[in-house]
Amino acid sequence: MLSSTRESDTVEARAAARPARARSHGAIGLRRVARHRGATLGIVLVAGLLLLSLLAPYVSRYDPAEPHFGARLEPPTAAYPLGTDSYGRDVLSRVAYGGRISLVVGAVSVVVSFVVGLPLGVAAGYAGGRIDDLIMRIIDVWLAFPELLLAIGIVAVLGPGLHNVMLAIGISGVPGVCRLVRGNVLAVKEESYVEVACAVGGTAMHIVRAHVLPNVLAPVVVLLTLRLGTAILAGVGLSFLGLGVQPPAPEWGAMVAEGRTYLQQAWWVSTIPGAAIFLSVMGFNMFGDGLRDALDPRLH
Amino acid sequence: MQRYAAQRLLQLAPVLVSVSVLVFLMVHLVPGDPVQVMLQDYGTPAQAAALRHTLGLDRPLAVQYGVFAWRALHGDFGRSIRSGRPVSGEIALRLPYTLQLTAASMVVAIALGLVLGMIAALQHRRLPDYAAMVAALAGISLPSFWFGLVLILIFSYYLRWLPAAGADTPGSLILPAVTLGTSAASIIARLSRSSLLEVLRQEFIRTARAKGMREWRVLYRHGLRNALIPVLSIIGLQVAGLLGGAVIVETVFGWPGLGRLAIDAIFNRDIPMIQGIVLVAATIFVAVNLAIDLLYALVDPRIRYS
Repeated sequence: MLSSTRESDTVEARAAARPARARSHGAIGLRRVARHRGATLGIVLVAGLLLLSLLAPYVSRYDPAEPHFGARLEPPTAAYPLGTDSYGRDVLSRVAYGGRISLVVGAVSVVVSFVVGLPLGVAAGYAGGRIDDLIMRIIDVWLAFPELLLAIGIVAVLGPGLHNVMLAIGISGVPGVCRLVRGNVLAVKEESYVEVACAVGGTAMHIVRAHVLPNVLAPVVVLLTLRLGTAILAGVGLSFLGLGVQPPAPEWGAMVAEGRTYLQQAWWVSTIPGAAIFLSVMGFNMFGDGLRDALDPRLH
Repeated sequence: MQRYAAQRLLQLAPVLVSVSVLVFLMVHLVPGDPVQVMLQDYGTPAQAAALRHTLGLDRPLAVQYGVFAWRALHGDFGRSIRSGRPVSGEIALRLPYTLQLTAASMVVAIALGLVLGMIAALQHRRLPDYAAMVAALAGISLPSFWFGLVLILIFSYYLRWLPAAGADTPGSLILPAVTLGTSAASIIARLSRSSLLEVLRQEFIRTARAKGMREWRVLYRHGLRNALIPVLSIIGLQVAGLLGGAVIVETVFGWPGLGRLAIDAIFNRDIPMIQGIVLVAATIFVAVNLAIDLLYALVDPRIRYS
């Protein structure tokens, strides 16, 4: 009786200890990220720009698309804190609203890359053999196209526009995601806990869901954050070329392109949306770097 | 080595064939009737039929691909829908400018990246290290088109040192090359720093110092030469970034390269031109990566391909 009580105590104690340990792992990671100066600054930058975009109707007093021909190319003043463009539109309003488009283009493109790349990488790494060979040969062909050029090629075929740009950037990012996931799955597959799960009759789907995916999550999250910056840059780049969001919609890349004609007389039209792009990408890169430092066990 | 080179070349063949299939299919992936898209809905039925026949779109798909691949192998990508001139001729006119810009940017990237990386590694955890790494992070985050405009504003409009656009003088290359090469320089700086730090911790470095070898000699003969090997692989990958980035930088600086030709072709829905440019760019990228792969064996005696 006594022994059975002790046994059940031990089991309960272990059961109680498990979530606590799981929490502590997460907490340790979060604490490391919070203590990382770069990551914190990155979060602040991204959060600031996100807030500016979300609160755009409250931040700006003007309609971002409505022209005011009486106030063309006004320098920054109290009425127009970041000046106006060649149509007299308030640059602050356009930067705030433009953030919504540029950040969404980055986020949706990254989701597309991961939705396609993650299953492909897991399938290649876990199944191995012919499936791996087939997927990796496809990825080799994919990689033969420089990323931005592939995105431009896809937009060339589908036609310019917001949706096609997101799809193009997403598709061109798939090989990077697939290769990273495959590499990590290959390493995790050799771990003893995966072997044990196999030995006790776990199905491939269960093992991938319960053991493989949680253990490849850290590098995937880091890549996701870093890819956000790359995807934003690609999106604004395509809009700068006129292949993305079409005027008069406010978009950071398109705003830089519109303002470049007046660079000498009205530097603010191009440089301010450009600075917004730079700060957002820098924010995501700093956060991604900090996340990698915090989650990489080799660095601790 | 020769056997390995031959093997790698053979492995490239299916990749290049697949690339050519994808590029060929571009015309068929266009939503709607590709002929109407290329004529931008302004063509008469007779013009559409003539263009369909010229492009061979009235033939079976396999035959179309066979003709496309055979011609492409001979450097014939058809004729531009807009100008009517051979695509290969237009590419041949513009390609040297893009290669010149890409090569100059690579020189900027390697020189700047290695110097920053070395400073950071040698001054590890000191102010120059932090400054170099912040500069590298900023370099990766810079939108090239904006950075280019800022450089034009400073060096062309305010200081009047360099031309803002065109390719008429040797000085015209400086601003586009710096703009295009900055991102690659930042990546090279980060990698060369971590690579050099790794090498400097090795025992052979300690041995060299213990023998009384001078510090610069330790750095050059033992440190840098070993640290550069992983950097070499990233240089190959950066070519992709430079070829893609060239499209944007050429637009900013009015540089008459392939990138501007591609953008004009996209707006004109000139699909044969786009196909030719994409195929040429992909082939250059694959060839550069093969060359880098082979160079590996030459610079690192530990690597022996069998």
